[in-house]
Amino acid sequence: MRQLRSKPQNCPIGRKLHTDGVSLWFLLPNLLGLLGFILVPFGDVLRRSFFSAMGGRFAGFENYAGVLQNEAFQLAAANTGRFLLCCIPLLLLLSLLIALLLYSLPGVSGMFKTTFLLPMAVPVASVVFVWRVLFADAGLLNAVLHALGAKPVPWMSTGASFWVLVGSYIWKNLGYTVLLWMAGLSGIPQNLSESARVDGASEGQVFLYITAPLLLPTAFTILVLSMINAFKVFREAYLVAGSYPHESMYQLQHLFNNWFRNLDMDKLAAASVLVALVLLALILLFRRFLEKGGEEERE
Amino acid sequence: MNKKGRFLRALLPVAFLSLLSLCVFLPLALLLTGSITHSRELNRLLAPMLGTASGFVGWSFLPKYPTLRHYVDLLLDRPQFFVMLWNSVAIVGGSLLGQLLLSVPAAWWFARNKRRFGKRLFVVYIVLMLMPFQVTMVSNYLMLNTLGLLDSLWSIWLPAAFSPFPVFILYRFLHDIPDSVIEASEIDGANQWQVFTNMAIPMGSAGIASAMVLTFIEYWNLIEQPLTFLKTKALWPLSLYLPEIGMELAGVAMAAAIVTLLPSLLVFLYGQSYLEQGIVATGLK
Repeated sequence: MRQLRSKPQNCPIGRKLHTDGVSLWFLLPNLLGLLGFILVPFGDVLRRSFFSAMGGRFAGFENYAGVLQNEAFQLAAANTGRFLLCCIPLLLLLSLLIALLLYSLPGVSGMFKTTFLLPMAVPVASVVFVWRVLFADAGLLNAVLHALGAKPVPWMSTGASFWVLVGSYIWKNLGYTVLLWMAGLSGIPQNLSESARVDGASEGQVFLYITAPLLLPTAFTILVLSMINAFKVFREAYLVAGSYPHESMYQLQHLFNNWFRNLDMDKLAAASVLVALVLLALILLFRRFLEKGGEEERE
Repeated sequence: MNKKGRFLRALLPVAFLSLLSLCVFLPLALLLTGSITHSRELNRLLAPMLGTASGFVGWSFLPKYPTLRHYVDLLLDRPQFFVMLWNSVAIVGGSLLGQLLLSVPAAWWFARNKRRFGKRLFVVYIVLMLMPFQVTMVSNYLMLNTLGLLDSLWSIWLPAAFSPFPVFILYRFLHDIPDSVIEASEIDGANQWQVFTNMAIPMGSAGIASAMVLTFIEYWNLIEQPLTFLKTKALWPLSLYLPEIGMELAGVAMAAAIVTLLPSLLVFLYGQSYLEQGIVATGLK
């Protein structure tokens, strides 16, 4: 092997060593596509949000006002908000419980992990049939309720349809979330909780004062990812109930699709920008929390 | 604690987890048993749902007349199924190919880049990765419209190829490669491309596998993009076609659901460790 006789940059063969990065050509195709398909067109979207639908008239903030006052938009936004507030904490707590249990049962954790991850691999289109059979007015779930003496619930045609979405979302994302928690748990040094136990702390105290604070970054990350995934619940809603579902199931994408079909480009543009701004604000907020949490850890 | 105490202590959690697991399996069990239940029995069981009988839907986990008729019907008598299946395969295949070709080099650039510009750009990638379809939908549409690619599979392949998500995943796997290893091979005369193909790709193969597994599962399931960009129903993938099979053909619908499930399941089972690594990598922001 050739001996290195001098500093790498002064290597006699005159070859430049790439210690500060590789050629931009590696990045360029991907970056150009990103620019061309998302960022640059988004500039056009921004522009269009200030004009009327056919691009003729400058409309100022009219479109934004129109969107915010649009009842369907308010409904969809409210549903998304309600979904996030109800579903995410439920999912996080349940998956945390499962993760903690699995962490304490290393023998069987692999098997259960696979089981819980399985729904992630089940295509939505496949499982939708089951949801229809389960949640129909005369469906299986009501059959069970009836047999137990309870009153059957009209799942699909009332506000209960919201819970259908929540249920199917939790079913699909449980394994994924459990996995993330377990990754976070495995990052907590054992000696901390060990020494606490030696000092006489109970399991509950160990969890509350040691495990939970150290899990906070994981919690925030899971929160962000779950929030993003929540927009995908449109898939279940659309496949189970079509383009015009019960109002509790109405999602943003339903509205966007309808606007798209009618070529209401001005409203579409304004709404896209609004959603982007809200999400951007939330993401940056979370990043700040994450960084602060990281700082406290280092103290 | 003695062995018996430990066993008992583990019993409650295991029972709880087993109960949950049953809930997880239930939909799949329903699909499987339903797909081999004879049509006559299915029509009878599902009649309450179709409005032709009163009472509630029943189910037979052990069907009286199990049959493979539905699978035969599906696979031999319905050419549309194969068209849709091919569409799904094409969508996933094209997207995977595009992502591999474009994201792996891009992730390598990010992994090797030390300047602030690279780090700032990466933040942009992360933000874009987290944006749902509602935000990127109009952008994509405008560009695809300009290029005249709407209503063709390119409308799915191109945005997929430029997706920031695989770049993010791959970056996590690639940025651990130490500089000294790279320098050593460069001193030995390797140029950038050779370093990439002979070192980055083998060392990042776990990351590549993870990204591919996650992408496969995601794109096999795609709903919003085909719904918005593909007008011709002949181009629709299975994910949109399945729910259109009506309740009267419940057996066929379930058989189709199982058949659609299989590739995804296989990828999951074979790639589970990669899937897990990929998910964990997503979490370690």
